[in-house]
Amino acid sequence: MLVLVDCNSCYASCEQIFRPDLRGRPVVVLSNNDGFVVARSKEAKLLGIGDLEPFFKVQHLLRAHRVAIFSSNYPLYGDISHRVMTTLREFGPNVEVYSIDEMFLDLHGLQEDWSDYGRKIRNTLWRNIRMPVGVGIAPSKTLAKLANRAAKKIPKCDGVCALDTPEKWQWMQRRTAVNDVWGIGRRLTKRLADFGIETAYDLAQANPKILRRRINVNIERTIEELNGIPCLGLEEEPPAKKQIYCTRSFGEKLTGLPPILQAATLYASRAAEKLRAQKSLVKSIHVFLHTSPHEPNYYSCSVVVQTPYPTDDTRVIVRLVREAIADLYRPGCRFMKAGVGLIEIIPRALGQRDLFTPGQSLRAGQTMQAMDRINKKFGRGTLFLGAEGIQKKWKMRQAFTSPAYTTRWGDLPRVVT
Amino acid sequence: MKLSPLYGHGIACGFPSPADDHKEAALSLDEHLISKPAATFMARANGDSMMGLGIFDKDLLIVDRSLTPAHGDVVVVALDGQLTCKVLDQQQGRLLSANDDYAPIPIWEGQELIVEGVVKASVRYHRPR
Repeated sequence: MLVLVDCNSCYASCEQIFRPDLRGRPVVVLSNNDGFVVARSKEAKLLGIGDLEPFFKVQHLLRAHRVAIFSSNYPLYGDISHRVMTTLREFGPNVEVYSIDEMFLDLHGLQEDWSDYGRKIRNTLWRNIRMPVGVGIAPSKTLAKLANRAAKKIPKCDGVCALDTPEKWQWMQRRTAVNDVWGIGRRLTKRLADFGIETAYDLAQANPKILRRRINVNIERTIEELNGIPCLGLEEEPPAKKQIYCTRSFGEKLTGLPPILQAATLYASRAAEKLRAQKSLVKSIHVFLHTSPHEPNYYSCSVVVQTPYPTDDTRVIVRLVREAIADLYRPGCRFMKAGVGLIEIIPRALGQRDLFTPGQSLRAGQTMQAMDRINKKFGRGTLFLGAEGIQKKWKMRQAFTSPAYTTRWGDLPRVVT
Repeated sequence: MKLSPLYGHGIACGFPSPADDHKEAALSLDEHLISKPAATFMARANGDSMMGLGIFDKDLLIVDRSLTPAHGDVVVVALDGQLTCKVLDQQQGRLLSANDDYAPIPIWEGQELIVEGVVKASVRYHRPR
């Protein structure tokens, strides 16, 4: 059996863990730069606050209903997600971290009363971490997704749904539109409608061979999975990223080149750090810069630059990015956002040397390693390139950030004694 | 939540150290104080009501959510929306302070008492940090 555990309104729930006064109250979390609403507690959803609403549009509603507002606090969310994962491993060693708030757990070979077992998982996560979750249990990933959806949508399920027999999953499939099946997007839904397939049940009963020929091999897998035959295994090691992007909006619109260069330096450094963490080298870099599309004279431009040799050296990457940004910059424009993407990435082990150009020096690699180790030990940003600037005025707006309760000594929760 | 090991030495070359064969795993305060890291959080005490039990203002509390609270445990509860540290008196249904200046807090019947975790240990600093 496979279990899919999904944290309810993950970020909003994280904000409630050390704030019992916020439990049962409307809470929202805003995206980077406080732009959009990215998480809403159940109570906030009931107020009619939609997903991804621009903050400025719903601000009056939030204030009127005294909704607790938070900027994204990734140190906290990352730690809580890690705690959820660690706790899940007590139930079975094979865990796939699908995203920060979703995890698959493989309980192959175990015989249990699955509803009871799901409840046990749910209660443990609530008790040990104070994270409310939905638990879906089924023999395949696609069915587990379906079960998880039911766990959340059907009040009687109370957060746990086990689709462990064909009768149960077929009952559910008859009541599920095909576009709610995992991996069936809008375009595919339209194509399936041409075959008269409207519900998940229709799809499960369709001939996989025919649809494979007409559509693709993935649809065949989905059909098998809907019939309880697992085709998608657990990916315990996340595959190395093929592209690494670091893009952000500035806290305020920027017209001068120096602060934009500083911001781009930081984005490039972050991307390089991630590149080294996954033991890769980069061969080409995408750099872009644009103004707000909502303002007149929208200006957007981008360029791809090649590195002289496959590299993971922050200094090389930053130099190229800064040159590119200086090229893209136009005086007089009010720039809103810049981005750096490492787009052509190869594993470090395959970093081929060229006969005519020397590759990255051993010393450069060691310097970067030392930098990463220091930053890991003493906290991110302990060592950084001076080109980032000391006072980062262009930094993201994060007006409502909560303390990093579990990762910073100075931010520990206070307990009244 | 990793504390440094209490020893760590390197031997450059030459004779192998005769002590190597007797080397044991380093002592870890983490392991000593924390049995379930994922269910444990640290907090800062704020106030003087628990002085009688040696918990002073600004002390570090190590709180385990996975433990089932028992009579007499020092617990962190959610009281009036605040995290509060008290002694659990299950027999008389009360929360007690360890300071005579504070009266016991009765738990009325039907009132839901939310225990956030059991305080496993507290850490005192004997030099100002």
